[in-house]
Amino acid sequence: MTTDVKARNKEVIEEVLAVYPEKSAKKRVKHLNVHEEGKPDCGVKSNIKSLPGVMTIRGCAYAGSKGVVWGPIKDMIHISHGPVGCGQYSWASRRNYFIGVTGVNAFGTMQFTSDFQEKDIVFGGDKKLDKLMDEIEGLFPLNKGITVQSECPIGLIGDDIEAVSKKKAKQIGKTIVPVRCEGFRGVSQSLGHHIANDAVRDWVLEGAGAAEKLKEFESTPYDVAIIGDYNIGGDAWSSRILLEEMGLRVIAQWSGDGTLKEMEATPKAKLNLIHCYRSMNYISRYMEEKYGIPWHEYNFFGPTKIAESLRAIAAHFDGKIQEGAERVIAKYQPMVDAVVAKYKPRLDGKTVMLYVGGLRPRHVIGAYEDLGMEIAGTGYEFGHNDDYQRTTHYVKDGTLIYDDVTSFELEKFVEKIKPDLVGSGIKEKYVFQKMGVPFRQMHSWDYSGPYHGYDGFAIFARDMDMAINSPVWSMTKAPWKK
Amino acid sequence: MSQSAEKVLDHMNLFRAPEYTDMFESKKTCFEGGYPDIKVQEIADWTKSWEYREKNFAREALTINPAKACQPLGAIFAAVGFEGTLPFVHGSQGCVAYFRSHFSRHFKEPSSAVSSSMTEDAAVFGGLNNMVDGLANSHSLYKPKMIAVSTTCMAEVIGDDLDSFIKTAKQKGSIPENFDVPFAHTPSFVGSHITGYDNMMKGVLTHFWEHAERKENGKINFIGGFDGYTVGNLREIKRMFDLMGLDYTILGDNSDVWDTPTDGEFRMYDGGTRLEDAKAAINAKGTVFMQSYGTEKTAEYVKSKGQETLVFNHPVGVTATDEFLMAISRLSGKEIPAALELERGRLLDAMADSQAYFHGKRFAVYGDPSMVMGLTAFLLEMGAEPVHVLATNGNKEWAAAMQALLDASPFGQGCKAWAGKDLWHMRSLLATEPVDFLIGNTYGKFLERDIGTPLIRIGFPVFDRHHHHRSPVWGYQGSLNVLVKILDKIFDEMDKSTNMPGKTDYSYDIIR
Repeated sequence: MTTDVKARNKEVIEEVLAVYPEKSAKKRVKHLNVHEEGKPDCGVKSNIKSLPGVMTIRGCAYAGSKGVVWGPIKDMIHISHGPVGCGQYSWASRRNYFIGVTGVNAFGTMQFTSDFQEKDIVFGGDKKLDKLMDEIEGLFPLNKGITVQSECPIGLIGDDIEAVSKKKAKQIGKTIVPVRCEGFRGVSQSLGHHIANDAVRDWVLEGAGAAEKLKEFESTPYDVAIIGDYNIGGDAWSSRILLEEMGLRVIAQWSGDGTLKEMEATPKAKLNLIHCYRSMNYISRYMEEKYGIPWHEYNFFGPTKIAESLRAIAAHFDGKIQEGAERVIAKYQPMVDAVVAKYKPRLDGKTVMLYVGGLRPRHVIGAYEDLGMEIAGTGYEFGHNDDYQRTTHYVKDGTLIYDDVTSFELEKFVEKIKPDLVGSGIKEKYVFQKMGVPFRQMHSWDYSGPYHGYDGFAIFARDMDMAINSPVWSMTKAPWKK
Repeated sequence: MSQSAEKVLDHMNLFRAPEYTDMFESKKTCFEGGYPDIKVQEIADWTKSWEYREKNFAREALTINPAKACQPLGAIFAAVGFEGTLPFVHGSQGCVAYFRSHFSRHFKEPSSAVSSSMTEDAAVFGGLNNMVDGLANSHSLYKPKMIAVSTTCMAEVIGDDLDSFIKTAKQKGSIPENFDVPFAHTPSFVGSHITGYDNMMKGVLTHFWEHAERKENGKINFIGGFDGYTVGNLREIKRMFDLMGLDYTILGDNSDVWDTPTDGEFRMYDGGTRLEDAKAAINAKGTVFMQSYGTEKTAEYVKSKGQETLVFNHPVGVTATDEFLMAISRLSGKEIPAALELERGRLLDAMADSQAYFHGKRFAVYGDPSMVMGLTAFLLEMGAEPVHVLATNGNKEWAAAMQALLDASPFGQGCKAWAGKDLWHMRSLLATEPVDFLIGNTYGKFLERDIGTPLIRIGFPVFDRHHHHRSPVWGYQGSLNVLVKILDKIFDEMDKSTNMPGKTDYSYDIIR
């Protein structure tokens, strides 16, 4: 990028910092930077507590566990353990698609809660939890197990959900997983991912009877697992289809449209394919250490990265799979060419600012570039330093980087940089649309998707064009006002 | 391959293509380890039986699909109704992300609120520092005229004291000494979102009124309660009150902040009750409460200051609106103008035109307690038959009042009011004692799918239909909107069940 852009970006950082109280400005300065090519990371601190009162966009550990990692496991019942709100606000809102008969053998779009009352806070909720598990078993006999997603009070009132879970697992004879994802733990959703990963390790992969279950599983040399794809709008499906077409056998989806049995079988995979590194690197590393399963980070956004990823995945296997990868790439190439031919002329040179969660602030960049678009700024809600290191492979010199951005900062950045598109979440969407800036939600795909895979890329391209080139944006100023 | 550049398939159609349905089938049979289809069907049928209903209603510990949220959501709803007010929620930060998302999904509008972002250390040492730094940051960045503080359950469990924390923050210079910071403790494990509204509204009034002298001035205050239609409803109330020539103050007027224009500018604050009006509202002759359930404490406080209180339950329909206007007229001494009487006549005209289609239709209704009461009264007025009415956040008094309303009408016989029950209870009710229509919020679509009962979306939240919150459901005009909404669904269902050529050509009428 030109020195003008770099200077402008540095200037706008100075401008926003000037508004903070001094103490807070000193903290925020570490999270904002203009990327310099050749550096090992983006030059920002990350995974640090949000400042109080600044309108952070982040959520909590419960959101990271119940909302992200565990919630999509469709044949288990996930209890929002504590007061009613957490489960209510996260009820069926994430679009992690699944197939099943809701309320009978699938439970992904239901809200199960212990709905804590004052007496539960005072006397503890363990007895209620115990009884509630019996009620679940009685009313939903086809459930495969239960997870206990702790809300803030659980850790504060000293409940022993582990003891209750162990006791009930024995009584009922199913997997019951206590998860200590109280919202006050850690600084964002991120610790919730980690805690949830550890709970999978402790209570599923190392749970009762895990070894016997593995013995029953018949392996093939081409078994892989999809890790860290939550099937938003069907993402995991439009990814799985490519892997199967190239000759691999996908034995598990973590966790979009996933089941307990798939999780249990995963140690039999020959390779773990990880899409959202941030939320599931922990369990992948564990399986590498414990079972010697290598893991590979891939990127299924946009044809360039998809082809790169398919070849890199195939390189872990034999010639048959490598030929399969080439065959898949060739099969979809005409469709991809037609998509690019149709949409690139309409999007070429348009600029984008992103602010999303775990992998998308970097992973989607290639897809935009396939359409001729440029990234003017990007940042993570809950990224760590390893995310910012990985981001250097995607962003160009001079890109504005903002970690745990505050609503105030993001608004000022967009005002100054005037991108053609902002990609962020529901809390940001209407702010920028009011400003006349086209917007796409990049968590929920704005109720569209899938965006993964070749099939998803066509939808992605159509959606970006639809947002940016919508006629509504040309009318934001009344014609009688200059 | 089904996807193409010419005709881009969305998820709705893409995944029905054979390459995907085959893939789903093989995933299911090879890897998921599920139960056989016949077993799934058997259990699915069983969940709709009387036996299951009894088991379901025997639940004591488990709540499934409740129709209620938690207190701080309501506190934010009340707070943003005041001029330049930033809601500040003391406790864990994730809650605020949820509240903001929830409102944005319903109103399709920005929703600004901040958190004091308490973490483990605050759990141990208390959140005083978070309050001190948080107020300073909020004040610098967002330049509010007022900051309204509420709490999450975390802060409540560890026992943080808002009053002393706010005083300390002022002493430490976070915000000016005279800056308005009303507050309310809003534990999520007590009541629901409507309780939080009540607590915050009372908190704001207490802040402005507690040390004020009351000099009655003949004005009227209006408090709407937690209301998904607040944008349309408050504007309708203002229109009606203006027609009456009332001198009034809407307390907590969030109709503008959740309906700002797209004109190139983001307005974090817009409209709202002016702070000096909130202050002066103590001098009013009386205060009107549109939803008695969820404003109890505020009403009691207002009464204690010497004002008359008029309490309603979400009036919908002719009789309820008549009573509402007559009470306002009596309190204010203003006559009900001819223009409103004309609207009354027009509403009744519409009701008379359509009543035959309502007659004898069986309804289930759920939602916040006052709203359920108002809608049920309207159904009775139309000659429809409510059968199950349910409020997860309704109490025993509500159930008794509801039952009395039902028992007083020939159309309410055989209807039961269910307080404290959830939508999984409702599922059993609909499965065992079917009705023709269900009235409720967006989550009712799961019941519509499971049981087949057509859903009429009235309530909060409504995420999956756009813009309905912009039209009122109160007043004669609002009642007309409710009438049309229900009627459209009745006609749609009649058409849908008579559209089979060669079979039902006879009832597929062009004139209804």
